[in-house]
Amino acid sequence: MIDRSHIGREFGVHTAEIEKGRLRFFAKATGETNPIYFDEDAAKAAGLPTLPAPPTFLFSMDMEVPDPFEILAIMDIDLGKILHGNQEFTYHKDVYAGDSISFKSTVTDIFDKKGGALEFVVKKTSATNQHGDVVAEMTRTIVVRNG
Amino acid sequence: MPNVTFASVNVGDVIPALTKDEITRTTLSLFAGASGDHNPIHIDIDFARKAGMKDVFAHGMLSMAYLAQTVTNWVPQTALRSYGVRFSAITHLKDRITCSGEIIEKFEENGETRVRLKLQAANQDGEVKLVGEAVVALP
Repeated sequence: MIDRSHIGREFGVHTAEIEKGRLRFFAKATGETNPIYFDEDAAKAAGLPTLPAPPTFLFSMDMEVPDPFEILAIMDIDLGKILHGNQEFTYHKDVYAGDSISFKSTVTDIFDKKGGALEFVVKKTSATNQHGDVVAEMTRTIVVRNG
Repeated sequence: MPNVTFASVNVGDVIPALTKDEITRTTLSLFAGASGDHNPIHIDIDFARKAGMKDVFAHGMLSMAYLAQTVTNWVPQTALRSYGVRFSAITHLKDRITCSGEIIEKFEENGETRVRLKLQAANQDGEVKLVGEAVVALP
């Protein structure tokens, strides 16, 4: 069982740059066909300042740390036993190439189902841009298969 | 992009569906790199088998990115206020994901007219992989 004392644990702030090349790679990897996500001229023609970060991109930027699976190591969870259960985003400001986004995460809940066969770790993350504006909040639920 | 307005849509309207290419090992390799999720369970069959899986399987966030495209093909992303999904089943190699959405609520919030969409991603056999919701602001 995961130690419930990890509830409330906070992780250090880290910052990631939103890069055009990475946005184009993400667009390619997701089969994106809307050119505003990979062609800067198309983005500008659509009235945007430059390439936008697509809706789920901040999740990726939150993994831009030396060990994105640190949370698992801390809680003694096997990487091979996890699944993604839920993911939520709330958006407050648009994010574009050139922005610098800082991420701050907290473990908000740990619970189990099916007599402990499945355990759930909920992590909330706020994303703040270089102007100090909160651009988005993310909630990720990790499922651990103990069976 | 068609000019979608609050007045022009009704509860029960569906937004255009999107069917993606079949998921291959190449898809997963590219997405691992682009997304920064290097969990070997998605790209290394040896690791996946050791973890008790038959083969590698897709990142949930890949299908979540696909499902988001259904919304951003319909309205500009600047209209998106929230987006959430539950990953109800694992997406496997050779799955061909179709994403769909339906308006389930029209409401006002924070001085904006908004609609709530019910979203779903399913494979070629109709197996539901993701269910979710998005809220978008419409003029």
